[in-house]
Amino acid sequence: MRRLWKGNYALVEGAIAGGCEAYFGYPITPQNEVTEYMSVRMRELGRVFLQAESELAAINMVFGAALTGKRVMTTSSSPGISLMQEGISYLVGCELPCVVVNVQRGGPGLGNIQGAQGDYFQAVKGGGHGDYKLFVLAPSTVQEMYEMTKKAFNIAFKYRNPVMILTDGVLGQMMEPAEIEESVKCKGQSVREIEDLGWNLTGCKGRVPRFIRSLLMGEGELEDHNYKLQEKFLKMKEDLDYEEEGAEDADVILIGYGLCARINFEVYTTLRKKGLKIGYLRPKTLYPFPERRIRELARRKKKFLVVEMSCGQMVEDVKLSVNGESEVYFYGRPGGGVPEVEMIINKIEEIIR
Amino acid sequence: MKFKIPESLKPVPNHYCPGCGHGIIHRIMAEAIDELGIREKVIAIAPVGCAVFGYFYWNFDTAEAAHGRPPAVATGIKRVLPDRIVITYQGDGDLAAIGGNELLHSANRGENITILFVNNACYGMTGGQMAPTTPLGYRTTTTVNGRVIDDGYPLKVCELIKDLEGVGYCERVSVEDPRNIMKAKKAIKNALKCQIEKKGFSLVEFLSMCPTGWRVSPVEAIEVVKRMKEVFPIGVFKSKL
Repeated sequence: MRRLWKGNYALVEGAIAGGCEAYFGYPITPQNEVTEYMSVRMRELGRVFLQAESELAAINMVFGAALTGKRVMTTSSSPGISLMQEGISYLVGCELPCVVVNVQRGGPGLGNIQGAQGDYFQAVKGGGHGDYKLFVLAPSTVQEMYEMTKKAFNIAFKYRNPVMILTDGVLGQMMEPAEIEESVKCKGQSVREIEDLGWNLTGCKGRVPRFIRSLLMGEGELEDHNYKLQEKFLKMKEDLDYEEEGAEDADVILIGYGLCARINFEVYTTLRKKGLKIGYLRPKTLYPFPERRIRELARRKKKFLVVEMSCGQMVEDVKLSVNGESEVYFYGRPGGGVPEVEMIINKIEEIIR
Repeated sequence: MKFKIPESLKPVPNHYCPGCGHGIIHRIMAEAIDELGIREKVIAIAPVGCAVFGYFYWNFDTAEAAHGRPPAVATGIKRVLPDRIVITYQGDGDLAAIGGNELLHSANRGENITILFVNNACYGMTGGQMAPTTPLGYRTTTTVNGRVIDDGYPLKVCELIKDLEGVGYCERVSVEDPRNIMKAKKAIKNALKCQIEKKGFSLVEFLSMCPTGWRVSPVEAIEVVKRMKEVFPIGVFKSKL
């Protein structure tokens, strides 16, 4: 049924529909609705909810539940996600699937509690120690908060890797119409019986004991493990997702993710009506990134304007994709500032001139 | 008497130093698990520290956790698989320093997990630095003239957690001689029984030898453990059994 939903609530329903069996979280604004609503929904469904003593504990509880092959999730906002980085690195090292949601707020430090996009680098470049990638999804609507969270669990299990949903406080707090199936009403429904996935720890009944570790001290062991992980990160391109409009005949293409893509879309429709050849491109996955498509457009000498709620992070990936074939411009506001349509239009006029 | 290797131990040599207590504690843990018939239900967490390679020696499912986080990892496992037996094996740095918060809160929640806490008064794996449990006056590589009050007092974990309502069983033992080793094994069995009977959080603290970290001979290390009892009295601090 289509009705008004808040982004953070839609996210919870997405997790439940995606088969999330356990949730561990810690309060932090602007994602508190997730933890609160989870505490109600998971309990009424007979699933696991636990409020951890810290984000550090939460991500390690996720690690524990993930070891058993269960579908598990945590959510937080920027400072909390920073605290989780060590645990996320271990999850990747041990090849454990899970979903981590960052409802971003302004930084650095304690920052503020407004929506922001300052954690792009942290999300797509690894974030913790070691050579690694997360699969990163960037919802742009309340509907996508539901859809992407639902889908995230399957991706996490497909690659045996954490999936991050990178959203922000505005999307988390906003309400808009969405089609959300509050599917699971009765207790225990869609919670899987424990199954042997060939790697998970369930107690060694009827098989040889297993161990899961990321400490690889043998000669060449860690190097080999890293090559194997890198192959997996490359393979993630199978699930690359982006949308575009008007890019084929555009002179300038607007690129943004999440909330910025909504603003970009308004700029795009406004300027198209005026007859300007503007294009719109939105990465729905930030890793993998639509680098091939961007390069293809750059070779046809289309210019790019990247819009972000930061001082410029994704713009670096656009530049790497463009690889000097065309020009890349940037407009952004940090610390919780939201880019304005008029400012973007001014910037485009400057570029065209 | 025939010396048999417990089923819960793999028949392989370990990497521990001569005179170290870990081999003894591994063995009595394995015997206790065998005697309770729970090997196939155990999921254990190895710490960051000398026992990190526990999974090479333990013949049951084992994972490794980040430094200090085994109680949180154990919580995650136990909450999704409440009928499994979840055991963490942690040193003093892991449990009492970097993992103090996870210890306190898992104990306070009454998580039905068992912590086997090896207190050898130093960071063994990194070369013998001061641990939160190093007694005053003891020399380590970061307290070369002996620990002084400025470095903090030795942290008494059993005394710290015993009054938390979530704690079901808490005992301090030592492993320097056969009599105490047998008592230590009984303590492990009690702690595991506490978990099996869902009576809350259980912890056994072992005063154990680290001749390498302490720069003493294995024989002298036994004397050091005896002296440690002046600071860390052994005994049952709490039992809901």
